[in-house]
Amino acid sequence: MTLPKLQLVGIKKRLRGRQVLDGVDIDVAPGKSLVIIGGSGVGKSVTLKCALGIMKPDAGEVLVDGADVTRMPREIRARVMRKFGMLFQGGALFDSLTVWENIAFRLLYADNVNRTEARERAIEAMRKVRLTPDFADVRPVELSGGMQKRAGLARAIIAKPDILFFDEPTTGLDPITADAINDLIIDMVKELGCAAVSITHDMASARKIADEIAMLYAGRIVWRGPASTIDSSGNAYVDQFVAGRADGPIQAVV
Amino acid sequence: MINPFAPVGRVVIGVLAEIGRFAAFVGRAAASCFAPPIFFGQFWRQCAQVGYFSLPVIGLTAVFIGAALALNIYVGGARFNAEQFVPNIVVLGITRELGPVLAGLMLAGRVSAGIAAEIGTMRVTEQIDAMATLSTDPFRFLVAPRVLAATLCLPLLVVAADIIGVMGGYLVAVNSLHFNGVIYLRNTFQFLESQDVILGLTKAAVFGFIIATVGSYQGYNSQGGALGVGRATTNAVVGSIVLILAVNYLITAFFVE
Repeated sequence: MTLPKLQLVGIKKRLRGRQVLDGVDIDVAPGKSLVIIGGSGVGKSVTLKCALGIMKPDAGEVLVDGADVTRMPREIRARVMRKFGMLFQGGALFDSLTVWENIAFRLLYADNVNRTEARERAIEAMRKVRLTPDFADVRPVELSGGMQKRAGLARAIIAKPDILFFDEPTTGLDPITADAINDLIIDMVKELGCAAVSITHDMASARKIADEIAMLYAGRIVWRGPASTIDSSGNAYVDQFVAGRADGPIQAVV
Repeated sequence: MINPFAPVGRVVIGVLAEIGRFAAFVGRAAASCFAPPIFFGQFWRQCAQVGYFSLPVIGLTAVFIGAALALNIYVGGARFNAEQFVPNIVVLGITRELGPVLAGLMLAGRVSAGIAAEIGTMRVTEQIDAMATLSTDPFRFLVAPRVLAATLCLPLLVVAADIIGVMGGYLVAVNSLHFNGVIYLRNTFQFLESQDVILGLTKAAVFGFIIATVGSYQGYNSQGGALGVGRATTNAVVGSIVLILAVNYLITAFFVE
């Protein structure tokens, strides 16, 4: 059995008096894609932020190659985090930099790569995500939503990460652009051989990019299984979520 | 039964907690200014933003204040036949007090608000989180260059403000109050002591540090979308102004004693 690249063990997090995560356990092996589904506000983003080290969990462990990053000194943790790449929901591109500087940000400011080489590698990454190099010197605000996602993806993959995170990668995109982003995610995970963790409530996207799907509800993973079995999970929470019904064990927040 | 002291206690604890958070932020900001990596490109960009682009507003403020000060001192001095002290009091008032304080207040509006709005927008659009995932400490990349630039540039701006302010007084004194230009300037330079300039520049450096740290703190901790960024910007301006005026008194008292 392959050792998991990333493991979250018993992650708990309380925010503003509410127990958002109450013992989340997930793991993902190299070359595999895990998608976490769940309704709005169940803690999908908090799970991702705890995994990324942006947020410190109240309890539990985040293991990368078996080592717990939550107990590492800041400098060592920063070195481990170099294995991560992340595509944010809104792209989170830096407004003050050009597209190529955004994509090459890690190379320029963390790895001290010279600007000429960094630009070449940024343009190579742009080609990989099918973003024309004509946009290299424009500001992110001039890009469409789909292009911003592509630029964000190029930024995530440029340093060839071992673990890729995707936060709602298709939210706000039209179905055709969303499908193109899904294809890119599959291609990139395959090409890099990295572990991928995505969070989404877009079931079409989840079915397409996932090897496995996990359902988060009430601060815990209530079901996990191969993506191909999502329609026959036998789990009432999953069935209701997949069918998109208002009636069932999950109470809609309106 | 409702405890009448509970609301007061909550407010006191809230204020103390905020002071503690700000103090921790200031400590980290100061440490980040000297710990590698130092992003010199960002530092020079902020120097241009804080220093060079603030020069017109600081210059305009200084020239009008210097001119108004000369007129007021002339009128006040005439009440006990002391009109000849206009150059002495103008240079003293501008270098020790009005130059640094007015430059600080103008930059609290221009720079502190700008820093809070920029960093605040980066916070609510996840750009700061993104920076952390790109192996770059947002504190060193965003906060440290701004703090360093404001702390170093404000004294330079105040030197310019002092010169322009004195010239404002000179123009009014010579053209409207019929002072002799040569005597006015000679009195100005003879009266000015190095201690006056040191006091003004010390204040300026401290005010620059306050402006950048308060703006950065408010922006860095903003939350709640556009409303949160707006609140952070307002708090940055108000907080900077209050702190500048309070610290101005403390520094003046320290130098006088």
